[in-house]
Amino acid sequence: MIRGLIAAAGLLLLWQGFVWATDVPAFLLPAPGRVAQALLDRGDIIAGHALTTGAEILLGLALGALLGCSTALTLAAWPAGRRWLLPLLLVSQAVPVFAIAPLLTLWLGYGMASKVAMATLIIFFPVATAFYDGLRRTEPGLLDLAATMGASRGAVLWRVRVPAALPALASGLRVAAGVAPIGAVVGEWVGSSAGLGYLMLQANGRSQADVMFAALFVLALMALALWFATDRLLRRAIPWQPDSLFSQDMKATP
Amino acid sequence: MLPQGLALGGQPVLGPLDLAVAGGAVTALLGPSGSGKSTLLRLAAGLLPVPAGGSLAAADGRNLAGRTAYMAQQDLLAPWRDLLGNIVMGAHLRGERPDLPRARALLAEVGLSEADSQKLPAQLSGGMRQRAALARTLMEDRPVVLMDEPFSAVDAPTRHRMQSLAARLLAGRTVLLVTHDPLEALRLADRILVLGGAPATLGEVPVPAGAPPRRAGDPALLAAQAVLLERLAEAVA
Repeated sequence: MIRGLIAAAGLLLLWQGFVWATDVPAFLLPAPGRVAQALLDRGDIIAGHALTTGAEILLGLALGALLGCSTALTLAAWPAGRRWLLPLLLVSQAVPVFAIAPLLTLWLGYGMASKVAMATLIIFFPVATAFYDGLRRTEPGLLDLAATMGASRGAVLWRVRVPAALPALASGLRVAAGVAPIGAVVGEWVGSSAGLGYLMLQANGRSQADVMFAALFVLALMALALWFATDRLLRRAIPWQPDSLFSQDMKATP
Repeated sequence: MLPQGLALGGQPVLGPLDLAVAGGAVTALLGPSGSGKSTLLRLAAGLLPVPAGGSLAAADGRNLAGRTAYMAQQDLLAPWRDLLGNIVMGAHLRGERPDLPRARALLAEVGLSEADSQKLPAQLSGGMRQRAALARTLMEDRPVVLMDEPFSAVDAPTRHRMQSLAARLLAGRTVLLVTHDPLEALRLADRILVLGGAPATLGEVPVPAGAPPRRAGDPALLAAQAVLLERLAEAVA
């Protein structure tokens, strides 16, 4: 934590030094102080837009995770459906979200729906593939054991394969939390009247680089907070997941 | 009974053979790696389909399925369930109400404390996990117990203690014990069969006098171990 802060401070110093040394105009690269000033002056506006973007991200994350989980479960539980669903899953990723963003805006309007859809699309894939991978890679011995214990197919899925796949799902969700802001912001760039992406585009058009940087800073902060919150939550929910960092900590404390 | 032998993936694994396991006794099945002993056990456990012409039958004529408990080399404890939850895994998977008092009694019997029962498997040593696996196997309370090198993943002293414990707790059950450890077979088994050759066939080896668990220091047992080792080495060649 402290090291992270020092690194951030170092970057800020470098930034400030670069601005001083080159005397770059503020509409190209504002000094950190100006960005902070913009953050203070326009705080209420930025906060409002951040709220919109945050809601889009969280909704997209929830929907994408739900959709991803159900897809993975369907794939695992229904072998015949795999041939139909798996190509679909791949195609959904072969088409770049950036390319269909205008279409989604056209269909779902300028409001939040198109952004949530975009975030959902981006999040859905890592969650579905990671969870499905986990479901397929259940320890064969555990499946043997369950078979000799007379477990039904449903019980094997819900009580063995799903819990065994939770660490894999957690990795998928971590990736999803990392990419979730992309979907929302791209959606806002294509067409919107609110959100940090919209604000950044507006500020850029008006050469208000300081506001743009301030919005970017808030967006990065939100993305970081989302990732750490997700990571924290997952660690707490799945205490048995193999984690070399964690076990090192455990060994260090006598 | 496999009159035609068994091939896996087009490769003949087992020759024609007839494995008869005596009821209420421990039958040890030895053989070099890859001789097909685990395959035989998996057939008996119903984990592999019995090949055409072969048959799997119990002496009382009833189906063997649902009457066997299985214990493998790995402990196969579910990492997300605490120890007690793992002991009652069978009931959990069948959707039955677990008999927790009996599970606790079994845990105590295999030498695990009440405090251990709430720990996750990752918090326990390999020996403790294997004890829990034994308790889980006993919890199933099946007349037939199939064990696939159950103690080979633990260190030698732990293995020795586990063997004595298993012999005591499994008394009266029909046990088919697959192992590659001659000493283990000689200590625990009422009857020893050796699987050898390619495709493999069965041969019987006499066991030392006395009821299992036999003392590891018994000279007769040690002499028998030497003979059995020779026999196994031949089976590889």
